[in-house]
Amino acid sequence: MSTRDTRPGSTGGDETPGPLHGGPDDDYTPEQLAAMRREELDLLGARYDGVEILHVDPGPEPGSAMERRAVRQVGLTFTLAGVSAFLFLVVYVGSGWFLPEWSWTEEGTVWSALFTPMLGLFMGLSLVLVGAGLVLYTKKLLPHETAVQDKHDGSHFDRVTTGATLVGGYHNSGLPRRKLITRSLGFMGAGVGVMLLAPLGGLINNPSRGNTLGQTAWAEGVRLLRDDGSPVRPGDQEPGSLETVFPAVPGGNRMTDAPTMLIRLRPEQIESLRPREGSEDYGYGDYVAYSKICTHAGCPVSLYEQETSRILCPCHQSMFDVTQGAKPVFGPATRSLPQLPITVDDEGFFVARSDYPEAVGPTYWNRERI
Amino acid sequence: MAARTATAPGAPTTRLGKAGLEIDDRLVVAGPLRRTLNKVFPDHWSFLLGEIALYCFIILLLSGTYLTFFYQASMTEVTYDGSYDPLRGIDMSIAYASTLDLSFDVRGGLFMRQLHHWAALMFVAAIVVHLLRIFFTGAFRRPRESNWLIGVVILILALLEGFSGYSLPDDLLSGTGLRIMSAIILAIPVVGTWVHWAVFGGDYIGELIIGRLYIAHVLLIPAILLALIAVHLLILVKQKHTQFPGPGRTEHNVVGNRLFPTFAGKATGLLFVVFGACAALGGLVQINPVWLWGPYNPAQVSAASQPDWYIMWLDGSSRLFPAWDINLPGDYTIPALFWPTAVLPGIVFTLLLFYPMIERKLTGDTASHHLLQRPRDVPVRTSLGMMSIAFYVVLLISGGNDVVADKFDISLNAMTWAGRIGMVLLPPIVYVITYRICLGLQQHDREVLEHGIETGVIRRLPHGEFIEVHQPIGPVDAHGHGQLAYGGAPVPKKMNQVGAARRAVRGFFSPVEEPTAVEIEQRAEGRGLSAGESERELTSSGRPSEGGRPSDGGRPQDPRD
Repeated sequence: MSTRDTRPGSTGGDETPGPLHGGPDDDYTPEQLAAMRREELDLLGARYDGVEILHVDPGPEPGSAMERRAVRQVGLTFTLAGVSAFLFLVVYVGSGWFLPEWSWTEEGTVWSALFTPMLGLFMGLSLVLVGAGLVLYTKKLLPHETAVQDKHDGSHFDRVTTGATLVGGYHNSGLPRRKLITRSLGFMGAGVGVMLLAPLGGLINNPSRGNTLGQTAWAEGVRLLRDDGSPVRPGDQEPGSLETVFPAVPGGNRMTDAPTMLIRLRPEQIESLRPREGSEDYGYGDYVAYSKICTHAGCPVSLYEQETSRILCPCHQSMFDVTQGAKPVFGPATRSLPQLPITVDDEGFFVARSDYPEAVGPTYWNRERI
Repeated sequence: MAARTATAPGAPTTRLGKAGLEIDDRLVVAGPLRRTLNKVFPDHWSFLLGEIALYCFIILLLSGTYLTFFYQASMTEVTYDGSYDPLRGIDMSIAYASTLDLSFDVRGGLFMRQLHHWAALMFVAAIVVHLLRIFFTGAFRRPRESNWLIGVVILILALLEGFSGYSLPDDLLSGTGLRIMSAIILAIPVVGTWVHWAVFGGDYIGELIIGRLYIAHVLLIPAILLALIAVHLLILVKQKHTQFPGPGRTEHNVVGNRLFPTFAGKATGLLFVVFGACAALGGLVQINPVWLWGPYNPAQVSAASQPDWYIMWLDGSSRLFPAWDINLPGDYTIPALFWPTAVLPGIVFTLLLFYPMIERKLTGDTASHHLLQRPRDVPVRTSLGMMSIAFYVVLLISGGNDVVADKFDISLNAMTWAGRIGMVLLPPIVYVITYRICLGLQQHDREVLEHGIETGVIRRLPHGEFIEVHQPIGPVDAHGHGQLAYGGAPVPKKMNQVGAARRAVRGFFSPVEEPTAVEIEQRAEGRGLSAGESERELTSSGRPSEGGRPSDGGRPQDPRD
């Protein structure tokens, strides 16, 4: 016994060997294992893992023409992978050093146009060749073995003993009897769970506050501005044309619900004009203004085909007829584009007479109530 | 200690062996490691599809981490002052400006961004193809339902991950996508506006959404994906891989290669091939050139605004769904948009999730299965799968119906109506056709088992009738009918598949094998006509009933067929 390890109750110092693992270590002594060849040990271990090697096709004979050829192929593949990786490095590091500048210029140089494709080509080639070399190696040079591994169902012994441990632990805890603890545990679990989730409440905002859904920046007397900030006068546009206008408020041209299409109708369109009920006087002369935000999914409806008076939304192909109060005539949209009542102010520029009379943009649950 | 082990028999003498001993002394890993190395994996090309998805995920983690070094998820407006002239001086969000900087001012940044995008497309594609393989071969049956559930959840998360990822540049295209997502959220009955206010922090578009999408894209969803993929693989290892029926393969074993070295070699090779393919695509094939779209502007949109391919079917369903708002009393509305974008995917993914349980309930098959089925042997499931694919493809094409209409000069309205009718009519038609094909294939398998393989040899019988000689592939009864039962494995349909042809001597320009050696090997294996010829002298029992030569094999007793 070692002199270093004298604490009571602590027997078995580093001089005493620990217990053996049991199982295979009991069956095979180190002497027996030392006497076995490596192949035998491999198969022995496999057998312990439920694996039987049925058949081994040893692969090409060492020194044969087959082997030499396969080795050449694999070697060449790996070499080319290395060369390609090197070329990647040359392009990546060398551009702007001893090679032309890689970065984009307006005039455009051949090298900067080829820079990214070359990176992709060389890295792709290199990595694919590494993979190809590995697959070639496995297929042509490694022995092909057919192995069978047993698949075991669950063990009845394990189930019964584990079940006994689990149930025993539960039983010993006394929880089935001590109802107060079970109930308080349940109460505590629910409370703590809700408490931990509660801070997510910070995400919740009341959408009704401020009525932002039903309102836009348009109001009485707000001028209609182009994207560049210039006001619009009657007569600026050709008949049949469309212009996108924004409210004359700070940041008006970036507002998501404000973009409006100002359309000058052609005379024959005016003849067939059938505005929606209640909005007959929303236009000004041969001008009408509709919201640009699609009533289906909120994309800007942008494609105006003046021959057919139709506005097409490029997202889901809803079509709206300008002469019928921008009523949807095809596609998934269900509601007309809201119309902005317009007039002209003292200086002769277009202004809104009020906000849109209804909510713009996609439909939602309580839209009609806002 | 060291002195004791050094004298023990079998103690390692090499440096590597000693290092191994040092490690195992501390960690005791030799046993688990040996069990892992000895694990047998079956070999079939279709088992690699899930691996491709796994490798794409690894590539995405690596390339995505690189992108985070440069990308800034902020919606604050700045004036662009980078090296891309056409956009210089234009107001845009920092998110978009940093994406431009990443593309134009970071060496190799554009390459990495495109690599990441391509890997994402491949990731979802590999998951979908892997899922189809699992579905059509019945690999989801007991005991693997849990892994099917996890797999479907991974697919759903991959879609969300993809959407949140391509929304980050805040360009015109992704902003349009976000605008539609906002409308979809608003369209949820009752709580739509509340959910929208919670997600966007207010009305569309606000200042928060890019930052929220970013943290979801780089932390929340990837972390869940990583955990689910780990569980997916652990369950796979625990349950062992399924295999196709074949010689020696049973419900209680796995036939294939051990992990080390064969399977590990092939799998690592595939990892590099997938990585290489993504890199090549990322460099050579342009994807999402955000600088052409411009910064997001709520008043602008580009024609042909399509999402990435895995979301496109929902774009298609939105286009096809009729304009049916449901107006409820009290001025409440269920928007038409709700059905194709929330209810449809809800139904699709619920059916997909619970398909194993549905099938188990309908067929009453509650047994454990480790052998796969050939799609033809389960015609109902195969037809259901093909029917779903047909439905999906109609929606997918409809997602780009404006492009199709434009390129092929078809009316857009005609395309929409074709999609509306097609999504109702095509699936049942595809179901019936697939069902017939499955039955036909089944019948042909049985026919070959009963009558033998068509040899292509035409014989004339004494009374003048011409018949084709059939080669039975197993023992035959007194009538010349094969007695082999169908075992769920492919039935050889050509003489070469049963070894009628000699193996070619290897070598492209000059033989690298000795032809005589190949011949001897063939004879030993009983392959090729030469093998048969050598036996002909020894035995005359090609057909026991006739005592004929082997080449008379499947000649029928009665001139029936």
